[in-house]
Amino acid sequence: MKRMITRAGLIRAGVFFALLIIVPILGGPVWLLNLLIFTVMYAALSSSWNLLGGLAGYPSLGHVAFFGIGAYAFALTFSGSVGDGYSPFLVLPVIGIAVGLLSLPIGWVSMRTRADVFAIVTITFLFITQTLAFNLTKITGGAQGASVAAPPFDPATYDWPFYYAMIVLLAIAMGISFYFSRSKIGLSLSTVRADEDKAHGVGVRVTAVKLIAFAVSAGMVAMVGGVWAYYIGFIYPQFAVDPLITIGMVLMAFLGGRGTLWGPVLGSFILVPAQQFFAQSFGASQLYLLAYAAVFLVIMLFLPRGILPSISDRLRRRRAAALGAARDAEAHTADAVTPEEVKA
Amino acid sequence: MHALIQAIILGILTGGVYALMASGQTLIFGVMKVVNLAQGALVVLGAYLTYSLFTSLGIDPFLSILITTPILFAVGVGVQWVLLRPLHGDDIGQLSLLVTFAVALGLEGALSFVYGATLTNVQPTYANFSWTVLGYQISLVRLVAFVLSLVMLGVLYLILQRTKFGRSVRATVQNPMSAQLLGVNSQRVSALGFGLGAATAAAAGSVFGMLNSFNPGSHYDLISRLLTIVVLGGLGSIGGSVVAALVMGVGSSVVSALASPIWSDFTFFIVLLLVLLIRPRGLFGAKTRGSL
Repeated sequence: MKRMITRAGLIRAGVFFALLIIVPILGGPVWLLNLLIFTVMYAALSSSWNLLGGLAGYPSLGHVAFFGIGAYAFALTFSGSVGDGYSPFLVLPVIGIAVGLLSLPIGWVSMRTRADVFAIVTITFLFITQTLAFNLTKITGGAQGASVAAPPFDPATYDWPFYYAMIVLLAIAMGISFYFSRSKIGLSLSTVRADEDKAHGVGVRVTAVKLIAFAVSAGMVAMVGGVWAYYIGFIYPQFAVDPLITIGMVLMAFLGGRGTLWGPVLGSFILVPAQQFFAQSFGASQLYLLAYAAVFLVIMLFLPRGILPSISDRLRRRRAAALGAARDAEAHTADAVTPEEVKA
Repeated sequence: MHALIQAIILGILTGGVYALMASGQTLIFGVMKVVNLAQGALVVLGAYLTYSLFTSLGIDPFLSILITTPILFAVGVGVQWVLLRPLHGDDIGQLSLLVTFAVALGLEGALSFVYGATLTNVQPTYANFSWTVLGYQISLVRLVAFVLSLVMLGVLYLILQRTKFGRSVRATVQNPMSAQLLGVNSQRVSALGFGLGAATAAAAGSVFGMLNSFNPGSHYDLISRLLTIVVLGGLGSIGGSVVAALVMGVGSSVVSALASPIWSDFTFFIVLLLVLLIRPRGLFGAKTRGSL
């Protein structure tokens, strides 16, 4: 299933990113930009998760650990000064690569297991990271949290650099996802997802491609974590390594459609605004958790394959039905013709 | 030496309670191949029910188990019937895993709404009573909890081995298709199995509420420990999970006594890592996954 670069695809991506870029320039309200930052952040996270969870079929529930590690790496590097405010963004790729490398042994150990057990192991990894963030007080500051120096940005456009950084990360994550779907890596990953033993049997280098997907996905998530820490300015273990972020990534990919390019993005643009709405209307009470769980259940029960795959499935079925009808009609005329032929 | 032996005693007693929680989870996995991420939340729910019965009606926490067990059984059956049964498709395992996570979140939200997020615990008059045997402290609550866990495990064992329902459960675990062909109603067995697994959380919850301070978010701590125990024991093996629970109980209690309490959780994770490196299918995990 090699994915082609089509004009429609290019236009879709172009329009989408152009719209995102233009919003602050047109001068949208502050709350909108704030909402968009988190929406794009989740789109980037979910797209990165999708590289492993969607394409390879390894549903990691521990990806927020890498998010937290990236956030702490950023906060510890820039606790004193951020210079002109823009240079820290240039350090992000270093954090991404470092975390990607760090994730290799973790990926190697955890991907000795599959499916359910893999999910268990990764969720345990989440708790390990959270415990470490709380307990290594000399490094992380423990429950006291860690802070990032405030950048000297113009208050009027303070949010802009973070917003554009998130957009760049989303573009990279989608670019990688697209590249994977066109390359041998993506093909190998989909064989892993379909049947890993058979894939191994016919000579697909399963361990290598799984590790590539794991490391790339972890590194991307860590970079997003870095930008998040910079934007928030003050991070605590329970928020930097929050199981809800992990669930957010997974849920958005599930809602939009796992293994698709646009699914995670679509999922984020539906769920993040909904989440914010719940949090606003239910205030500080924990009812929003309940509402979130309800949305979660509805998605799992009624749209288990996600929006995009369901739609494309329906389209394909309609097309097949139309084709079938045409063939029936043809067969009918052929039937009608035969007696005449017999007569002749 | 004294501290070490004291820690081992404490660890065995605590391990018994974990064994009870984990056996429920293992049963659910064995019957339905569902990793129940809500087991910790069910235990916390059990603890809060006990708390309510104790503070408002004055019912003894151990006695309240008789009331909470049927409630949690019903909750378990309900979750299976309403939320898990309709799932279908290729990746039903992943979907049901996430559904149980959603149940955990929902329970956490509901409990926070009703009880608030402050830490509480269940404090009957005998909560701090303990005996001193040969210089070692044995707390009454822990000992009763341990014995109670053994009794509950025994009951579970008898149900599985000696009743018709138990036979259908074991048949379903071994081969769902053949079991169905032989007239086992697998939907019913799944629902009852899930209910039974959830019901073990009632006793575990009462005890947990007496031994620990808890709030609605406590289920994260519990589930991370339970998952480690279940993986260590081998998914689906009840005996394995009991042994693993005792090992982990003793391990973490020893680390907590000799090093520091903040690292006691860490023993769980280190052990998990070693298991995965050396023997990914766990201590007693069968080669074909999910044998009981």
